[in-house]
Amino acid sequence: MPRSDSAAPTADRRALADSSDEPGPVAGAGGAPAKGAAGGAATIERYERMVLIRELETESERQYKAARIGGYCHLSSGQEAITVAAAEALRSDDLLVTGYRSHGFALARGVPPEAVMAELFGRRSGCARGRGGSMHLLDVERGYYGGWGIVAGQLPIATGLALGLVRQGRPDAVLCELGDGAVNMGAWHEALNLAALWDLPVVFLVINNGYGMGTSVERASAEPELWRRASAFRMHGERVDGDELGASLEACERLLERARSERLPAVLEAVTYRYRGHSVADAGLAYRTKDEVATRRERDPIARVRRELLAGGLAEAQLDAADERARAVVEAACAFAEADPEPDVTELAAGMHAPGSAQQFARMLPGSPLDERELVFAGGLGS
Amino acid sequence: MTMLADAPAGRTPIETASMTYREALRMALREELAADERVFIMGEEVGVFDGAYKVTAGLLAEFGADRVRDTPISEEGFVGAGVGAAMLGERPVVEIMTLNFLLVAMDQVVNHAAKIGAMFGGQLRCPLVIRTPNGAGNQLTAQHSQSFDQYFAHVPGMKVVAPASATDAKGLLKSAIRDDDPVLVLENLRLYTEKGDVPLDPSHTTPIGLAHVAREGSDLTIVSHSYATVRARQVAERLSAEHGVEVEVVDLRSLRPLDVETVAASVSKTGRALCVEEGWATYGVGAELAARIQHACFDDLDAPVERLGMAEVPLPYAKNLETAALPNAGRIERAVLRMLGLAR
Ligand SMILES: Cc1ncc(C[n+]2csc(CCOP(=O)(O)OP(=O)(O)O)c2C)c(N)n1
Repeated sequence: MPRSDSAAPTADRRALADSSDEPGPVAGAGGAPAKGAAGGAATIERYERMVLIRELETESERQYKAARIGGYCHLSSGQEAITVAAAEALRSDDLLVTGYRSHGFALARGVPPEAVMAELFGRRSGCARGRGGSMHLLDVERGYYGGWGIVAGQLPIATGLALGLVRQGRPDAVLCELGDGAVNMGAWHEALNLAALWDLPVVFLVINNGYGMGTSVERASAEPELWRRASAFRMHGERVDGDELGASLEACERLLERARSERLPAVLEAVTYRYRGHSVADAGLAYRTKDEVATRRERDPIARVRRELLAGGLAEAQLDAADERARAVVEAACAFAEADPEPDVTELAAGMHAPGSAQQFARMLPGSPLDERELVFAGGLGS
Repeated sequence: MTMLADAPAGRTPIETASMTYREALRMALREELAADERVFIMGEEVGVFDGAYKVTAGLLAEFGADRVRDTPISEEGFVGAGVGAAMLGERPVVEIMTLNFLLVAMDQVVNHAAKIGAMFGGQLRCPLVIRTPNGAGNQLTAQHSQSFDQYFAHVPGMKVVAPASATDAKGLLKSAIRDDDPVLVLENLRLYTEKGDVPLDPSHTTPIGLAHVAREGSDLTIVSHSYATVRARQVAERLSAEHGVEVEVVDLRSLRPLDVETVAASVSKTGRALCVEEGWATYGVGAELAARIQHACFDDLDAPVERLGMAEVPLPYAKNLETAALPNAGRIERAVLRMLGLAR
């Protein structure tokens, strides 16, 4: 693969920055959403993918309450349209990086549901080998470079992945998911500045679901129209109704293509809503009303697509069959996860270091703490 | 150009040249940049300015702005960018102007770079090098005179090396760049001008995880790394001349992995261990060593393991206060003599 000079800018950043002064198509998270810019994106396949995410999230909550899933478990129910759209806009060689609310993105990117569920169960065949759990899903083969658990920590990394793509002469782009709460971190500022300064092919997808834990966007951000903050870096920014499949798909495709062909980074703020609490341990009602949740549920992205498909001539039975298939997939994933063995304890340190490292650590053995010899040094530490 | 004096018998002597620690580092960077197109340098003032401490001087002109990339003052941003590029198989060598500024990128080092191997089940690697000078002694005061090496050596998933000589500066930096894991290379401001005989063969490296005996002795072992090793050797020479005491100096070279074998072999021989470090001793490298030594050498110890580090204050400005606070030669000498019952 020909390597390219990543220091050479390919586009006139400043000339293109004006577009970020255009108003976004929808109002703030609390305001009334405008009509989607592009309807007609509803297909049975997309519908089924959205349902699969909803079903897996619902099942995850059940399994968590049955103590088969532990740790933190952040559900994305309500956010399926933008999730499916973003994943579909990615080409197979593009890269995806997300935060910790990532089950949906993993599924939409094509990570097998069994591998996701096995990871949530902490089992051997999990997509992170039972080391990552809910927050740290990944699939390197599919270009999914991880769910990350520190708010905004994945942003500088996404910038670096984009730098890597450019250095390797690859024509691909990075999509970096983050929450509305992440935009107030220093890492946001640093990553966006570098991405704009170095003309890197990365799209920062801000999933504005209204809240960072219990803090609304308005209570956290001095500029609550988050897309506008791209202008501080002369970067293109825009807002889309993230519950509108067609508009989301259009925006993601356009911005990713721009990133690929012109090396122009962008911020896309997708306005959506999270139905469940911040994590399954949060009832989600201390900071918002039941009414608000109910009102937002009326705009449910899955129901919208369903309605569109029905209006387009599909029969209820066809959609019900898709629902059934999704449920069956999740059921099978659970059965798989349950049957999958736990990771081998003697391989506790497996993967931590690169092959060959065991030799480097061998001389550390004499004064090692109790049991370290057995569990760490013998346990696949880079051997 | 000279020949390495102690080249093992029966082997052709290694061709070396006398140069400073700084020049040795630059030579390592140049060789690795030339050998591997995945290698690139990134950091504040590494290019146009020739490096805040001139380690990267001339490399921009030789390799261009793509390989020697100036960054804004944005440590969290560009350390993270290094992590991302490394995950994709690039080999970024990130320079942090001094160790003090790595604190603002701590999250990227500890919570991201170090986690990638294990947290993702060994499916991703992070061949990132962070190189940065630390150390005190130039009246740089509290915020710019620190050696918190142990913060990083504490973290599973990291590798941390700290060369104390020009030879190892080149050898360890090269090993770090070729390693497939994140490696922190701790340089030292006062060492930059120290000269040594540096092997010229581009394939010569110093292995990670291997300490070495920097001076042989029989009465007591000083275990040290980085600039403390220079201090220890000076004190050892003086003690030999003035008191007939022979101190063995073990230079750790790597902090993680830690070569306990070499340390234990030496302490078992001498029966006494003094751990000297530039940083604060409480919860420090010496604390770790003391625990390991008492375990590995319990039956051979003739005295408790002792530690000596920087006085536990933020380093003051006044020259006399600064000197008093550092693990200076006088303090090391006193400690050795006391441990041997030759002073109180
Ligand atoms: C640096 C950091 N601070 C705090 C947390 C704890 N925390 C986890 S998620 C979260 C809220 C983030 O909200 P947002 O970015 O809007 O994403 P969402 O959860 O809505 O997807 C907080 C405070 C963290 N993980 N990292």
